[in-house]
Amino acid sequence: MSPLHFLLLGTLLFGIGLVGVIARRNLFVVYMSIELMLSAVNLLLATFSRIRGDEGGAVLSLLLIAVIAAEAAIFLAMIIALFRAKRSIDAHDFTQLSQEHNA
Amino acid sequence: MSLALLILLPFGSSLLLGMLYLFTSLRSERLYALIGVGAPLLISLIALWLGYGQLQGAESLHVSLFTWLSIDALRIEFALSFDHLSAVMMAFVSVIGTLIHLFAVGYMRGDAGFGKFFAYFNFFMGAMALLVLADNPIILFIGWELVGLASYLLIGFYHRESANVTAANKAFIANRVGDFGFIMALVLLFGAVGEGGFSFSAIEAQIYSVDHALLSLIGVLLFVGAMGKSAQIPLYVWLPDAMAGPTPVSALIHAATMVTAGVYMVARFDFLYVLIPAVGLFIAVIGILSALLSALIATMQSDIKKILAYSTMSQLGYMFVAVGLGAYGAGIFHVFTHAFFKALLFMGVGAVIIALHHEQNIFKMGGLRRFMPLVFYPMLIATLALSGVAPFAGFFSKDAILAAAVASEYPLFGVLGLVVAFLTAYYMMRLLLLVFVAPAKHRHTSLHVSPYLSLPLLPLALGSAVAGFWGMGGAYGGGDALTHFLSLSDYAHHLTHKSEYLLALLSNLIAFAGFALAYRRFASGAREPQPTALFERWILERFYVDALYHALLVVPLRRISLWCERIVDDRFVDGTLGLFSGGYRTLATHFSTLQNGNVRHYALYFLSGVSLLSLLLLWRL
Repeated sequence: MSPLHFLLLGTLLFGIGLVGVIARRNLFVVYMSIELMLSAVNLLLATFSRIRGDEGGAVLSLLLIAVIAAEAAIFLAMIIALFRAKRSIDAHDFTQLSQEHNA
Repeated sequence: MSLALLILLPFGSSLLLGMLYLFTSLRSERLYALIGVGAPLLISLIALWLGYGQLQGAESLHVSLFTWLSIDALRIEFALSFDHLSAVMMAFVSVIGTLIHLFAVGYMRGDAGFGKFFAYFNFFMGAMALLVLADNPIILFIGWELVGLASYLLIGFYHRESANVTAANKAFIANRVGDFGFIMALVLLFGAVGEGGFSFSAIEAQIYSVDHALLSLIGVLLFVGAMGKSAQIPLYVWLPDAMAGPTPVSALIHAATMVTAGVYMVARFDFLYVLIPAVGLFIAVIGILSALLSALIATMQSDIKKILAYSTMSQLGYMFVAVGLGAYGAGIFHVFTHAFFKALLFMGVGAVIIALHHEQNIFKMGGLRRFMPLVFYPMLIATLALSGVAPFAGFFSKDAILAAAVASEYPLFGVLGLVVAFLTAYYMMRLLLLVFVAPAKHRHTSLHVSPYLSLPLLPLALGSAVAGFWGMGGAYGGGDALTHFLSLSDYAHHLTHKSEYLLALLSNLIAFAGFALAYRRFASGAREPQPTALFERWILERFYVDALYHALLVVPLRRISLWCERIVDDRFVDGTLGLFSGGYRTLATHFSTLQNGNVRHYALYFLSGVSLLSLLLLWRL
């Protein structure tokens, strides 16, 4: 398998994640899409490391998997906090950033 | 120094009166009258003293108070001069002005604006003094404008009635039209001779170097200014309406200040006009037409003040005939004598109006001779003088003009002048008979005339009787003393004594014919005229000139203004601006929907931004 296949796979995964973030309303799905994008980027990092023949990148991507796991904990905690505030995990219920909803 | 005093005194007292009126609660008429009459009295004394010096052959005075402007070649001194012409003008302006001030004390008694009135009145005197004493055309122009301002303030003095304000505006606007010509003339004149100094004497010294066509243009434009100020065709329409002001104002405007300014200005520029006889002829034609037109209108008026207003315009026409034909001395002579009897007539009329509680229609008056002899006899003298009956003042000055006209290349002016003399005698006697002699329409028990109103008439009556002797022509044993004293660039004309006597006889006969006609028609009273003939109707409607001006100038101007307001401003300007502001608003509304608070959308924007940047990078690399 040439590195090109890995690059294509990474891009594909990233695109799926992107569509998920934009198109889905369930916060969990949005979260999983974000994780997917992150993993896609991680895959690309490992691929580039392999292409360059530099093992440092592979080590970094291994470490990054641990970081992603930690991030998952924070993310899940935030979703629980959001659910407590609104009794909903629908992304459309959280529009406090716009002015008209603040008022 | 005394010259500066002549200017400073009236302006100073005007300022003082104005301050007192505005900032204190002092309303003592005695105080205001004292200051208001004191200032003109003082300047009369100074003017007479200085004038006496000039008579004795003193050098003419030139005082430069300060340099007003100095930009490259433009160097305007605030300079005053007192030569023979200024001496004559200043003497009668100040003396007659003082008498009118005295009269105004009686006339304005009890008016709430008593102090304001005298502030304006003194201001008027100061402006006229500045005009007469100016040593260069710029200073003359300042005086000229201030006179216009003062007349505006005084004509609109009873400003609570909108008709009076309209009249004041009309006077001001008509004068502005004339002033435009005057300014143009000054600019051209300065362009031609300004490099070498701009005082009258400096201009006179350089005038021969100016191109003849340019000189003619300057002459015409200067005269346009005079048309406005001195109420000649076509800018005369303000003068009859100016009667809206209090009667002393009319007296001051018609006798001493304002309207004489135009004649004075032409006489002041005699060195210029003497080089352009064609323009002089134009002036004379305008003058005689104005004289004829206004005399005709005066014969049909029923408002006592308007008759006098048209009479003034007609006499001014005479003066312009004189100065136009080059008889500057005769023109100023008539200004001089006219001031006496016209001031007297206005003041007499003012006394009548006060006595009759502001009745101005002569057809409602009558039989006042018995009640106010102190008004009637002076007015009789003034009427005789105005009609040119020997040996009253008006006779000699009018005779000088007629003689100059007859002896000129255009004796037609003389003939028309005699026609005007006939009309003058007719309308003046008509006024006098209807007011004083004809049987009374109402029963008056007693009419009180305050001594303030009647006493100033007496010196003027004396003046109307004898002032003419000063300029008496050679044919009557005089020596044209006034004309020689003025030493203006008169054209030399020679009438034999015999033809001069003949002319005098003729003009007197014509005056008496006018009297006789008036006597036959009005001595036993008359009704207000109901015009039947077309011509009479034309005269009564003042030849529809006002209506014509209204239709030609006022209505189109109003239309254009309305069009500008409704179409240009409302639709065009506001519309364009509305397009901008409305478009911005719509755009902003659309943009604001982008900021909807939905994080997923923000992510989309963010990603599209990143994608675009990436594409850009790819493309550039």
